[in-house]
Amino acid sequence: MNSTHLENLGNALKEALAGRLVSLHHFFDELTLVVRAKDINAVCEVLRDHENFRFDTLIDLCGVDYLTYGDEKTAIGQPEGRRYAIVYHLLSVSLNQRLRVKVFAEDNEFPIINSVVDIWPAADWFEREAFDLYGIVFPGHTDLRRLLTDYGFVGNPFRKDFPLSGYVEMRYDEDQKRVIYQPVTIEPREITPHVIREENYGDSH
Amino acid sequence: MAEIRNYTMNFGPQHPAAHGVLRLVLELDGEVVKRADPHIGLLHRATEKLAENKTFLQSVPYMDRLDYVSMMVNEHAYVMAIEKLLQIEVPIRAQYIRVMFDEITRILNHLLWIGAHALDVGAMTMFLYAFREREDLMDCYEAVSGARMHAAYYRPGGVYRDLPDTMPQYQSSKIHSEKQTQIRNINREGSLLDFIEDFTERFPTYVDEYETLLTDNRIWKQRLVDVGVVSPERAKALGFTGPMLRGSGVEWDLRKKQPYEVYDKLDFDIPVGVNGDCYDRYLVRMEEFRQSNRIIKQCVDWLRQNPGPVITDNHKVAPPSRLSMKQNMEEMIHHFKLFSEGMHVPPGEAYVGVEHPKGEFGIYLISNGANKPYRLKIRAPGFAHLAALDEMSRGHMIADVVAIIGTQDIVFGEIDR
Repeated sequence: MNSTHLENLGNALKEALAGRLVSLHHFFDELTLVVRAKDINAVCEVLRDHENFRFDTLIDLCGVDYLTYGDEKTAIGQPEGRRYAIVYHLLSVSLNQRLRVKVFAEDNEFPIINSVVDIWPAADWFEREAFDLYGIVFPGHTDLRRLLTDYGFVGNPFRKDFPLSGYVEMRYDEDQKRVIYQPVTIEPREITPHVIREENYGDSH
Repeated sequence: MAEIRNYTMNFGPQHPAAHGVLRLVLELDGEVVKRADPHIGLLHRATEKLAENKTFLQSVPYMDRLDYVSMMVNEHAYVMAIEKLLQIEVPIRAQYIRVMFDEITRILNHLLWIGAHALDVGAMTMFLYAFREREDLMDCYEAVSGARMHAAYYRPGGVYRDLPDTMPQYQSSKIHSEKQTQIRNINREGSLLDFIEDFTERFPTYVDEYETLLTDNRIWKQRLVDVGVVSPERAKALGFTGPMLRGSGVEWDLRKKQPYEVYDKLDFDIPVGVNGDCYDRYLVRMEEFRQSNRIIKQCVDWLRQNPGPVITDNHKVAPPSRLSMKQNMEEMIHHFKLFSEGMHVPPGEAYVGVEHPKGEFGIYLISNGANKPYRLKIRAPGFAHLAALDEMSRGHMIADVVAIIGTQDIVFGEIDR
């Protein structure tokens, strides 16, 4: 998408959404629209049906946990202290344009964001995945079950405070003659440390 | 009067037609499917979480293991997302090499699809033919990267190395005499490009052979025509992309509509279906064989005439050459820092979608400026397709479910991630 097309789309969004638009960000060739959690259904309906948008395909929906992001100034559209976000990637096949919509859940303890499954049926499994991995609840979704993790799994593995090696491991027990779960025996370790360098690090050399 | 109840049946996860580890709970009325509930996640490895704990470069091989029949295209989306955040230029030769291998990968993927799909439906021979051709393409992978499948060949900033001047050759053994071996090595005398060109000469004939076997075959048509029909509106609403969307008659291909790398300089056509049934999707993919072959030919011609660098000279992203690394202190430091601490990607977000053989494969990357991704989301095309299995198979017979799984081209590496 070229920049004039993006600019037109941005202006049309500002006009059509008016007060419901929290902020609009333009990076590279992508537009990110941030809206409030309570407005998500109304906004999505406009995005699907309005003649300038016609986002007929939900390409992707995913959860993000901003717990350890660090510098909040650089996180796109994050209100202070909000931890969970849902990011929608929309595609309009008829108008050949893309848009990213971001919504932050208001409550960090019990994140809730309305389901968009009525607007795009494709959201069904994507929301089940976000529910499974991040524990974000989607009212309006009729079949919110775990999707990717094991039957009987406890916890939300993609949250930043969930350890990489998990809490339980599985093995076959010779005495009981069955597969059992036990607390993990491996120590969590970091092979390459997580480093953020200051700007222009190493440029003078 | 006897009570009539629906019968619930478990299909998989250890069923040869389930294409991996799909567990399908089918609710049946006689032999008619009332509801299909796919249970996935049996191959879930949390690739996205693992990537958050690895440097950018260390995650490249994980991408191969997502959709493990179209390895390089997965890498392509990942490295393009990093390149977008870093805002680095990829040398033109590297772009042509990537496009050529993307199309080789598309043929590889479709060959496995046609083999497995036909086998599910009952045409055993296709599987053998498809694997014969796959062997040649695997050799291309091996010649260029050293690995037959999990190549890790695309790197941020280009590709790992230039195309080799020689092809590995068969050795004679107890089973294969010297004379036999010489015959098998005839098209391996020259460079990799010669071998690929030879393949593109042979391949259209092979596709004709497949079509002779299948296209007008009565059994094949009886099993596919009018099975799993999806209307264009419904296909878009369900998030279909790639051949699944084109089979329903929607003219949509990222290589044409939102061209990346050098696709806008190449000449090829996009096949589109009419009825949106399994048979149309079959025809679309068969035509994609021919179009990919055309693209490969054009890339070979270009690559022969235009030598040049294949990876960026920004040594904060790509390693310096071995020679300069051993002679120059600064390059030595670059090399060490790149492979220990890794590259730093500026804070921001990027989404990159590529036309994967199965549909739109996307990488959504959030970076907070560290040497590891903050969040990596993999948008797998098969995930949206499998989610629609319930809708596609409702009202069909059990045997049609197998045909629908086949037409969706399901691979669990990418769906479960």
